[in-house]
Amino acid sequence: MIAFGQFLEILIGGLLSGVLYSLVALGFVLIFKASGVFNFAQGAMVLLAGLALVRTLDFLVARGLPFWAAVILGVVFAAAVMAIAAFVIERYVLGPLVNQDGLTLFMSTIGITFVLEGASQMIFGADNYPLRLFPTDAWFLFENQFPGGILVSKLDVWGGLIAGVLVTALAIFFQRTKTGRALRAVADDHTAAQSVGIPISWIWFVVWLVAGLVALVAATVWGTKLGVQFSITFLALKALPVLIIGGFTSVPGAIIGGLIIGAGEKLAEVYLGPSIGGGIEYWFGFVLALAVLMVRPQGLFGERIIERI
Amino acid sequence: MRSPEVNDVMLRVERVSLAFGGVKALTDVSFDIRKGEIRAIIGPNGAGKTSMLNVINGFYHPNRGSITFKGKSRPRMRPYEAARGGIARTFQNVALFKGMSALDNIMAGRTLKMRYGLLWQALRVGPARTEEIEHRQRVEEIIDFLEIEAIRKVPVARLPYGLQKRVELGRALAMEPDLLLLDEPMAGMNLEEKEDMSRFIVEVNDYYGTTIALIEHDMAVVMDLSNRVVVLDHGVKIADGTPDEVKTNQAVIDAYLGVAH
Repeated sequence: MIAFGQFLEILIGGLLSGVLYSLVALGFVLIFKASGVFNFAQGAMVLLAGLALVRTLDFLVARGLPFWAAVILGVVFAAAVMAIAAFVIERYVLGPLVNQDGLTLFMSTIGITFVLEGASQMIFGADNYPLRLFPTDAWFLFENQFPGGILVSKLDVWGGLIAGVLVTALAIFFQRTKTGRALRAVADDHTAAQSVGIPISWIWFVVWLVAGLVALVAATVWGTKLGVQFSITFLALKALPVLIIGGFTSVPGAIIGGLIIGAGEKLAEVYLGPSIGGGIEYWFGFVLALAVLMVRPQGLFGERIIERI
Repeated sequence: MRSPEVNDVMLRVERVSLAFGGVKALTDVSFDIRKGEIRAIIGPNGAGKTSMLNVINGFYHPNRGSITFKGKSRPRMRPYEAARGGIARTFQNVALFKGMSALDNIMAGRTLKMRYGLLWQALRVGPARTEEIEHRQRVEEIIDFLEIEAIRKVPVARLPYGLQKRVELGRALAMEPDLLLLDEPMAGMNLEEKEDMSRFIVEVNDYYGTTIALIEHDMAVVMDLSNRVVVLDHGVKIADGTPDEVKTNQAVIDAYLGVAH
């Protein structure tokens, strides 16, 4: 029974931490789906959103505002910062690059990354700022069945709930609204989208805004977990195998990919670690992604790419 | 030769010049398109025909000259403003939304006609629901008209070229345009497909009264379909008139056959 209890604990912990990877991966999927651009800057956007939030929060609390009011104002302010970033990115970087190919756009997002990283730390500071939005202690479940019970982190559960709400909202937005259809159209063909009367600059603003808001949500959870600091940008690297496994174009894929990697790496660490050496967590996702690339390059849920020759 | 009622001017191109760096794509080109007519734009390769269409629907902005559409002249019209004003087009190399079905592609043409906001659409209730159904009906009519019922759910990337061109025409028709720009609608088609496409173009013009500007290389098609023809060569207008007038114009014959300089 101890062994099974331990297995359950690792599995649940792994699945939930996988959802946190998915939160970051979602931002990538959104922009890729809607503009065909792999947005290298997603990690930097999480940093910017997190810093804007935590610094406003600290500032307002220090001025004697009640915590809940400071949270609301902080979120509103951070959302406004992401909206400004989206506007500037569209206006000065992507707007002038309409009708260029995907690689050009990708390179421009690398530039955006450096500017965002530098600017956000210049404006808001470059320390590690702790964020306390969600409880960080744990529950112990099924203490009667298993000795010591199963440890479940409350923060991870919050992360899971938030991801669920986010995915539902995004799925509805993409599948059912005119703007959602316009987003998919723009991703497919800029020229054709313009010709049927879709204003590309507006659509790109919406996409970057939504990706910025998703980054803000990811920042609330990850900021609580790690503190808001520069290394949060490396989350982008963790999200990469999630994208490859789930497929770059699929919102549910980002979630499933996160679950697979989260559970897989924790289980591998505990059960394979002793025999092949520790640290499996750090490379497990990438090796899995490699395997998926060989078998199903479009990912488990991605759209099949058909090339006519 | 056909002759529908041709009355006032829908679009006027006045002394338009366009250059990319040192390359002159169009030089001082003027012509008009009258309401209800089929106007052909012809010329040898590189004559500036596609550039002309791109200027008309706002992909390019002319360096000099003006475009007056339905009495309004706008110096720098953007493509979506052109679409909003009632200009639809198809492309030489087929520009469809490849990941979407034929039906979704044609639905995308309805973008501008949809009125109700995000929330209503997301919830699929109330006026947005009725509206979606209305748009579906219009789109189904177009699908019937173009005889592509069988492929409506197929992702367009899997369709043969001729059918892709038809879907693209469908998307343009879904916009219910006043002016339809067709860039080589019959390129790469076999005889049967060409005949189908010609029939659709004539019917659109007759039935919906849509004004059409058409670039085409197949002279037989041009002479059959169009009311008037404008001929470009090296970015300059060399002739303008009825198909018969243009056919016998010496400058046109020289441009196509080449003359010793």
